[in-house]
Amino acid sequence: MPEIFYIKALQDALFEEMDRDENVFMMGEDIGTYGGCFGVTRGLLDKFGEKRVIDTPMSESSMVGWGIGSSLLGLRPIIEIMFMDFITLCMDQIINQASKMRYIYGGAVKTPIVIRAPAGAGRRYGASHSQSLEAMFMNIPGLKIVAPSTPYDVKGLMKSSIRDDNLVLFIESKLLYWSKGGVPREEYTVPFGKANIIKDGSDITIVSYSRMINECLKASIELEKKGIDCEIIDLRTLCPLDLDTIIKSIKKTGKLVVVEEGCKTSGVGAEISASICEEAFEYLSSPILRIAGLDIPIPYSPVLEDVTIPDYQKIRSIIIEKLFKDKKLQYKNIMN
Amino acid sequence: MDNKNELIEYFRKMLLIRKFESKILSLFDENKIFGTTHVYIGEEAVAVGACSAITKDDYITSTHRGHGHFIAKGGDVKLVMAELFGKETGYSKGRGGTQHMSDMTIGHLGSNGITAGGIPIATGAGLAIKYKGFNRVVLCFFGDGACNEGYFHESLNFASVMKLPVVFICENNLYAMSTPVDYAFPTKDISCRGSSYNIDCNIVDGNDILKVKEAVECAVIKAKKGEGPTFIECKTYRHFGHSRNDPKIYRSKEEEKLWLENDPIIRFKDYLIKNKKISKKRLESIEKEVKIEIENAIKYADDCPFPDPKDVEKYLFYES
Repeated sequence: MPEIFYIKALQDALFEEMDRDENVFMMGEDIGTYGGCFGVTRGLLDKFGEKRVIDTPMSESSMVGWGIGSSLLGLRPIIEIMFMDFITLCMDQIINQASKMRYIYGGAVKTPIVIRAPAGAGRRYGASHSQSLEAMFMNIPGLKIVAPSTPYDVKGLMKSSIRDDNLVLFIESKLLYWSKGGVPREEYTVPFGKANIIKDGSDITIVSYSRMINECLKASIELEKKGIDCEIIDLRTLCPLDLDTIIKSIKKTGKLVVVEEGCKTSGVGAEISASICEEAFEYLSSPILRIAGLDIPIPYSPVLEDVTIPDYQKIRSIIIEKLFKDKKLQYKNIMN
Repeated sequence: MDNKNELIEYFRKMLLIRKFESKILSLFDENKIFGTTHVYIGEEAVAVGACSAITKDDYITSTHRGHGHFIAKGGDVKLVMAELFGKETGYSKGRGGTQHMSDMTIGHLGSNGITAGGIPIATGAGLAIKYKGFNRVVLCFFGDGACNEGYFHESLNFASVMKLPVVFICENNLYAMSTPVDYAFPTKDISCRGSSYNIDCNIVDGNDILKVKEAVECAVIKAKKGEGPTFIECKTYRHFGHSRNDPKIYRSKEEEKLWLENDPIIRFKDYLIKNKKISKKRLESIEKEVKIEIENAIKYADDCPFPDPKDVEKYLFYES
């Protein structure tokens, strides 16, 4: 299986799906000649032309609505929102229109729309170009939320998103674009709602998604050295949410940590934590731990930004301090 | 010129909307209809005039004040009524209500509870028409209030840049809820805003059905030739308040009286009689037919079952 970049796997999915179905088209700001702010759409204009790769004026609020209208007539728009932060301008069309439309019209319509949103901090872009806003959307019925962490998943999940007949919010991590991973040459898709157990373990269940998976993996290597065997679950999609896989893991480990980059309050971890308390409380041997971004705007200065979002060292330290301190794991030594 | 039967059909539709809406108001008192509603009484000439200028294959988007557009586009009065009654057989199976209905079989892309919410959707439908090479057009209805939303500007701009087959029809009924247009707009007319986007503008007497129809016809021809959108401002008036509980304290009795004398249905009826397009007998029979159609719709809606509460989560997602 060849190793390719996350961005290349994503591009391959877009090219292949646009080749497969002429109703699929792309819309967004600077996605044509410029190739998109992060270069994801590079080459699409040359191959598919202006009809199917549409550079829009800077009109995020209406853009999702244009996608809705086109989808009602049978097209399958993929809309690029340059930075996920800008999706706040599209909220009415996402929340009041696209996600509700099928329900409030009694099942008479479908809206096969993919909204691509590069998210996350770590590039010193400051508060308006760095957020991870996915948790807000988990509170909205009627849309699916996808957040892949690997090149394999980004391709397979993008294909599933384009073929899905509902509104899909597809969250890409800016910092993952240039990470590598194995992607098969042959055609495949990754289904929604099936979490991926990235690493088996018996002492603790770590649940995460998107870029934070890599930090969890790095943390687990260090925790392993201290005798803590981590099971890591990559959610892949936040809606549908694969609670079954989490519960199955907790039955084994008794401990749950949810790691996310977005703010902690009312975050993804809050939702998972509440659901697990309702569904699987009896399997827990210790309180559920949330490791998340601080509840502040993402600051600019590197020293401030770095302490705002979780990283593997923070994940490791918090897990040891909160969950394994009493188990004579010589916390002090570990911290040294 | 339209033939006699067509003219009579326009009249019938306008009357159907008027009587339907009047009945809606009384059905609230009988607890048959819930929540709120925004009736279209006084503006019938806009919907019927505009929809008479297009075919079944063409599309419309509608607003919170949408029953009139539905009936004008050929929607089934029974299904609108059943939806207002909250029944399973309504257009939205009781999930939508007065502001949330669509009928894809007649090209109705949906009414919309958000002011200006339908403007980008209509524009997107125009994009799809062009994409697919259809010989079709979208009529996008909205009120004066919508012209101060961002969508209006973004979508008119995009439709013009892309030369999309969309006709933007502003029903300027002088008030955005209670806010008068001469307060909310710095210009006498709204239509001049189209010029900023290089869109042809037209102001018509929105209470003259034939004038509305003529203006929309011109815009449709242009749109279907690939020459882009048109903005038509229809000056009209809503006889009732914004919604059911509106006390109308923001406008004068004199103004209301003036506009009631300018009633689009009375005007068109007078026109038909004066030009010998309709007999007294035919007029009477139309009134009777309309009354029966509405009575049948009420009976249908009354007899139909409510949705099963067990199905409350149905239709959230499309399951393929």
